[in-house]
Amino acid sequence: MSLIFAIFLPIIIALVIPFLFKKVSNIHTGWFVLLVPLALVFFYGAYIPSVMDGNTYIEEFSWIPSLDISLVSYIDGLSLLFSLLITGIGALVVLYSIFYLDKEKEKLGNFYVYLLLFMSAMLGVVQSDHLISLYFFWELTSISSFLLIGYWYTKDRSRFGALKSMMITVFGGLMMLGGFVLLGIMGKTFSIRELIDQAPILAGHEFFVWALVLVLIGAFTKSAQFPFYIWLPDAMEAPTPVSAYLHSATMVKAGLYLVARFTPLFALSEVWVWLVTGVGLLTLFWGSVFAVKQTDLKAILAFSTVSQLGLIMSLLGIGSISYHVTGNLMTTFTIATFAAIFHLMNHATFKGSLFMIAGIVDHETGTRDIRKLGGLMSLMPISFTIAMIGSFSMAGIPLFNGFLSKEMFLDATLSLQHFNVHSLESWWILFPIVAWIASVFTFVYSLYFVFHTFLGKHKPELLPKKAHEAPWGMLVSPSILATLVVVIFFVPNYFSTMFIKPAVAAIQPLAYQVPADIGFKIKAWHGFDSPALYMTLGVFLIGFILYKTIEKWTPVYERIPAKMSLNRFYDGLMNLSDKGANRLSSSYMTGSIRSYLLYMFAALIILLALTMWIKDAFVMDLTYLAPIKFFEVLISIVLIISTLTILITKSRVTAIIALGAVGYTVALFYIIFKAPDLALTQLVIETVSVALFLGAFYHLPKMNKYENRKLDHRFRLNNFLIALGVGIMVTLIAIASHSQKLVKSISEYYKETVYSEAGGGNIVNVILVDYRGFDTLFEISVLTIASLGIIGMITVRLSKKKGDRKVEDK
Amino acid sequence: MKTNDLIIQTTTKVVFFIIFLFSIHIFFAGHYTPGGGFVGGLVMSSAIVLLMLAFDLKTVQDMLPVNYTVITAIGLIISLLTAAGSIFFNVPFFTHVYDYFNLPLLGETSIHTAMFFDTGVYLVVVGVTMNIIQMIGGDE
Repeated sequence: MSLIFAIFLPIIIALVIPFLFKKVSNIHTGWFVLLVPLALVFFYGAYIPSVMDGNTYIEEFSWIPSLDISLVSYIDGLSLLFSLLITGIGALVVLYSIFYLDKEKEKLGNFYVYLLLFMSAMLGVVQSDHLISLYFFWELTSISSFLLIGYWYTKDRSRFGALKSMMITVFGGLMMLGGFVLLGIMGKTFSIRELIDQAPILAGHEFFVWALVLVLIGAFTKSAQFPFYIWLPDAMEAPTPVSAYLHSATMVKAGLYLVARFTPLFALSEVWVWLVTGVGLLTLFWGSVFAVKQTDLKAILAFSTVSQLGLIMSLLGIGSISYHVTGNLMTTFTIATFAAIFHLMNHATFKGSLFMIAGIVDHETGTRDIRKLGGLMSLMPISFTIAMIGSFSMAGIPLFNGFLSKEMFLDATLSLQHFNVHSLESWWILFPIVAWIASVFTFVYSLYFVFHTFLGKHKPELLPKKAHEAPWGMLVSPSILATLVVVIFFVPNYFSTMFIKPAVAAIQPLAYQVPADIGFKIKAWHGFDSPALYMTLGVFLIGFILYKTIEKWTPVYERIPAKMSLNRFYDGLMNLSDKGANRLSSSYMTGSIRSYLLYMFAALIILLALTMWIKDAFVMDLTYLAPIKFFEVLISIVLIISTLTILITKSRVTAIIALGAVGYTVALFYIIFKAPDLALTQLVIETVSVALFLGAFYHLPKMNKYENRKLDHRFRLNNFLIALGVGIMVTLIAIASHSQKLVKSISEYYKETVYSEAGGGNIVNVILVDYRGFDTLFEISVLTIASLGIIGMITVRLSKKKGDRKVEDK
Repeated sequence: MKTNDLIIQTTTKVVFFIIFLFSIHIFFAGHYTPGGGFVGGLVMSSAIVLLMLAFDLKTVQDMLPVNYTVITAIGLIISLLTAAGSIFFNVPFFTHVYDYFNLPLLGETSIHTAMFFDTGVYLVVVGVTMNIIQMIGGDE
């Protein structure tokens, strides 16, 4: 099985899932689906030993060769770790969903197709070496996640959550595409590895910081970082297996993957270091503080996910400092990267199990509202045990893997003191403090989550269902994850050599050639001189006090004005863009042709005037002017008088006759200027059109009260100004273009060849039928179309067919 | 009320042919002197309009039983075929040819394919103008 085929395997299987769902109705469709991630786990698992030695695998499939776009599957430590997370947790989630989703009531065909689509997309994201294919898979995750969140599409909240996550992640995705394109322009390649190879050159490029910021926006929106985290709590409307899979273990980590993958490229910039670290810490703090406020089990977990993702993000930021330092300090900071990957793995284990427990509680009691729950410990002992393991790990309590990564995190924030750039000497202390406060809150909400659900008084009267332990099948997946939580604590270095070190070596290629170079060993006990130990003890102490007094201080949250909330801001923004766009378009799309003409002429004046002014185009040259003759002056005066008559007359008939006068005067001009053909045509055409005008005038209906007043020329200043402007502009342009004739006229050629070549004497007619007969051919076509149009308009009147019933108003 | 249009009807019967001949003249003369298919066509239709003014639509339709839409179509086809004819002789689209012939009565005359094209123009203009006027005039 080739690497690229492995990426697409879930999509290929997804094609047959609907048939299986329809045809094989006595077996839950999930059992068939389960085979896919299981097969992939073994497939990717086979790469572990080799990748541990520092080998990488690459496979390329040329997609659009002319644009140099290909699907490249690249397996190194980082992508292998993610692939294993995706497929491993995917397998557990599918197993869990078999018992969670009812095969009779749910549209399982849809569910598993979306899920498999997502799995392919996610594998594609973490294995792509080509920016465009990475983006392609990235958007595919957004779309499949949208479909999964809106799985119960009859619920309003589901649709709202799906739309919100779509808007935010697609916004980020498009920003990221911009960054990718900039990278492609800078590096002249779309391959990530080739870009990383020329990172020092790119760092000096003017687009570098732009590309960096745009790519980061993509990563932040996907990973639910501040202030883009708001979609994640609303995405909790998805079925719980989806929340466990997408919104804790995989999709939200795509952003982290992106940051980790691009660290060797962007870490050379300090903007990167501070953005990633700062936003990560802010998200950590914000998420943990607001998690305590939530009353819905999944909302607590959503906020805790946000906060933990912030933690990993900040660790990646601190880890990228290693690119700015040398020697021993480099090792100090690379440990932060190590901690990030380690916590990423730990988080996937405990958060996955916690989500599944929240789903079990929801499934077996009928509610997720923590205020209605309590005393479930004796009823659901296994779930309680798993929940406790997960929560304690999340809180960072010893005997569980979260403790190890939390210690390393605190150490990493403290190591910031060694990085003396700019004025950071005194500011670095803020970072550990923020991290410490966030840890305290993490501790509080972890205890709150597990104890408020399972301890305390049982309130059966509030529950829609009679609570009882979940079926064994639902407990298998969380049990496996919980077991991993404990196992990782006891043998962390085993996992570290297998998964973490290859990944860190991929993120820090400068520091380590092969994974074995990383001499770091995870220890549970650092000795009494470690400051992290005292910070952890402080977290436990203060956290426990806060938890005990939780009823006393949670009302503080009510004091935070609702206007400050980011959801309000999002809703307002959506509303504003919706209503605002409506109002904007209805403000200028009046439906009145008069105003559209006003816009058009105003635009004409402004564009022409600007062009003339910028290009300094106005020239007046009198050398080529012919002498003015008496007749010309006379006819001009007639022309002006009749034109003014049209403008100021109160009667339509006068206007039509004055228009006729204008036409005949123009014919006179043609005669004076020696254009007999034109004069002839003008005379006849003017006669015909005046006759038509008179006919139309005779039939004009009285449409409204203004029609009664004959011609109502109310003076409007803006109309006057626009008309004046158009007149002046056109005159100026005519003068200017007459004054600078840059090219000689080609009419000499016509004069010379009209007899010899075309066998004619009337140049005008010969031009019309011979030199440029093409124009004439289409002009007579225009005439034909016009006459057919008139026939159509007069004879075809569907709306006035017999009776009152309106037939096709055309 | 029946009006007495004797003078105008009688005059029209004479004038119509004069205008008609004039229209033919400026159509044929178009290649050497002012005129051509367009003006010729317009003048021709003005002659028919004069008939319509003197008599009435129905009578004129009986006198000249032609469908002007068909006239338009024929004109368009003649023009197009004249233009397209050149491609059968392996020359670019719209290449005209002419030569001088000794015709009985007329003596040495040039025959020019452009004239066929102009005939198409003439017919189209007559057809279109008459169509419009007939349509609008016949509409109540």
